[in-house]
Amino acid sequence: MSETPELETKRLKREVLIRIIKAFMSDNFAENVRLIPYDMRPKGSEVPFRCCVYKERAVLRSRTIAGLGFAMEDDDERTLLSDFANRALERKRPESEPLTVLQNACKGCPSARVFVTELCQNCVAKPCMKACRFGALDSNGNRAVIDNTKCKRCGLCMTACPYHAIVKTIVPCEEACPVGAIAKGEDGLAYIDSQKCISCGKCVSACPFGAPHAKSQVIDILKHIKQGREVIAMFAPALIGHLPCKPEQVQDAFLKIGFSAVYEVAQGADITAKTEAKDFKERLDQGQPFMTTSCCAGYNELVKKHLPEIKPYVSDAKTPLYYTAEIVKKEHPNAVTVFISPCFAKRREVLDNPNINYLMSFEELGAVLIALGIEIDAGSEKEFSYQSSKEAREFALSGGVARSVQAAWKGDENAIKPVLINGLDKTAIRNLKMYANTGKCAEGNLIEVMCCTGGCIAGNACLGIVKEAQKKVSDYGNQGQSLKTAGEKRND
Amino acid sequence: MDKIKVKICRGTTCFVMGGDVIKSISDTVKEKYGDKVEIETVRCLKMCQSANAFSAAPYVYIDGTIISSANVEKVVNVLESKLNK
Repeated sequence: MSETPELETKRLKREVLIRIIKAFMSDNFAENVRLIPYDMRPKGSEVPFRCCVYKERAVLRSRTIAGLGFAMEDDDERTLLSDFANRALERKRPESEPLTVLQNACKGCPSARVFVTELCQNCVAKPCMKACRFGALDSNGNRAVIDNTKCKRCGLCMTACPYHAIVKTIVPCEEACPVGAIAKGEDGLAYIDSQKCISCGKCVSACPFGAPHAKSQVIDILKHIKQGREVIAMFAPALIGHLPCKPEQVQDAFLKIGFSAVYEVAQGADITAKTEAKDFKERLDQGQPFMTTSCCAGYNELVKKHLPEIKPYVSDAKTPLYYTAEIVKKEHPNAVTVFISPCFAKRREVLDNPNINYLMSFEELGAVLIALGIEIDAGSEKEFSYQSSKEAREFALSGGVARSVQAAWKGDENAIKPVLINGLDKTAIRNLKMYANTGKCAEGNLIEVMCCTGGCIAGNACLGIVKEAQKKVSDYGNQGQSLKTAGEKRND
Repeated sequence: MDKIKVKICRGTTCFVMGGDVIKSISDTVKEKYGDKVEIETVRCLKMCQSANAFSAAPYVYIDGTIISSANVEKVVNVLESKLNK
């Protein structure tokens, strides 16, 4: 999370979550949930963002519904928030689709188009008209005008104009989505097509109104903790970069929340690294030209929904979460397992894996800590019983997965040529498609794919800034033993 | 002239509500104002303790002034107005 407009919408989402959790901890959950929009915007309060206090409350009501884990499609606008709160308590299984759009938070931005501004000088040469291949430009006598029925939004007129008088407007969510899954509907508001959506959450970060929203499972998780069930936290390696405390204090924070045990998903990352190195060796021996990594949930969804042709090249190694959950379920067969995640995309993986019950994002974890008044920096220090390797700890950095495969590699080191796809956008997807269709990748042979630019430490549900997180994760990594040197001592 | 003291809260509440980004001003402030300003991160300014004060986190203390819902822009503005007094 950098200093971008999204900070303001993230703060709003977090405040709503904190209030939901506080309400859950109180003796009147339903009523206190009902009051959230009024507590946040009481009578006579300032109206910081919207047209009036009523609109502010309506949007906050929607955020509360999503925070309780429901889709906006479920809202008939006449159900009380207290009823939603009760429904959340009764729910046996969380929602399948991770994301929803809060229609009343959506501005219904103007459609993406190319637009001639008043800076147009109506020049004699008219390079814009000459540049256009679709005959979409004309002059109305004062300035150039674009016929939107003909315009293909190629942008050639923009580059041709010597005054930079032509601009392209975008719809932030549509522009951010790498797979065209979010688009304005006939009513002008954004809708997500779940058949296409890979849950990467780029729309959530892109929308300056905070309309796309994750459906939280936090109440489901806290419910199990309150009931005294054995609930186990498995946290992603990126978390170390997103808490203001030492890595050794992380366990204490989870235990204070009420989790009964804490596992580092880095433990499973060690297994992923070794399995992937072995898999890669076999593939190279068989003459396969390249292999891609398989741990990014956004990428795995992309392969399933949009890029099946690359499937034969995707490593068969399972994700670090998969192996960790397997270990946890072996050691605690009756436990409720929760993955602590930097992103929403993992929701699909959690849903499909019977060993994992729920997902709590870093944002939600932060909200729980605040609601429960836990000062993590003051917690006691405890080492993990399993010491994860340097490479496993750095799995969350762009390049980290490739480095782990290199460290676990047994054989000629020069045989591995990593290619980093650092952020899945339309261009990256086009490249992947080309590799799959031609069966060639000129840049290298081990393609590491990370959906978020910077790696999992830049996930869309993270708390801190990427630069700081990178430093903390690397520091923690450097305290660990490398897979290269530890390989022999560990039980493979 | 006395140094202007800036205390950035790195408590859990301030961090979760977006405080991490404020630390990034340290380098630019040092570059621009040298030793006229002293920046430190402190465990908790205790501003978030009362009922719903978490919603106005992160907090930053500058020379007797508490900035709520702090961001880089606000901190720099207050800092400059104090320096130009």
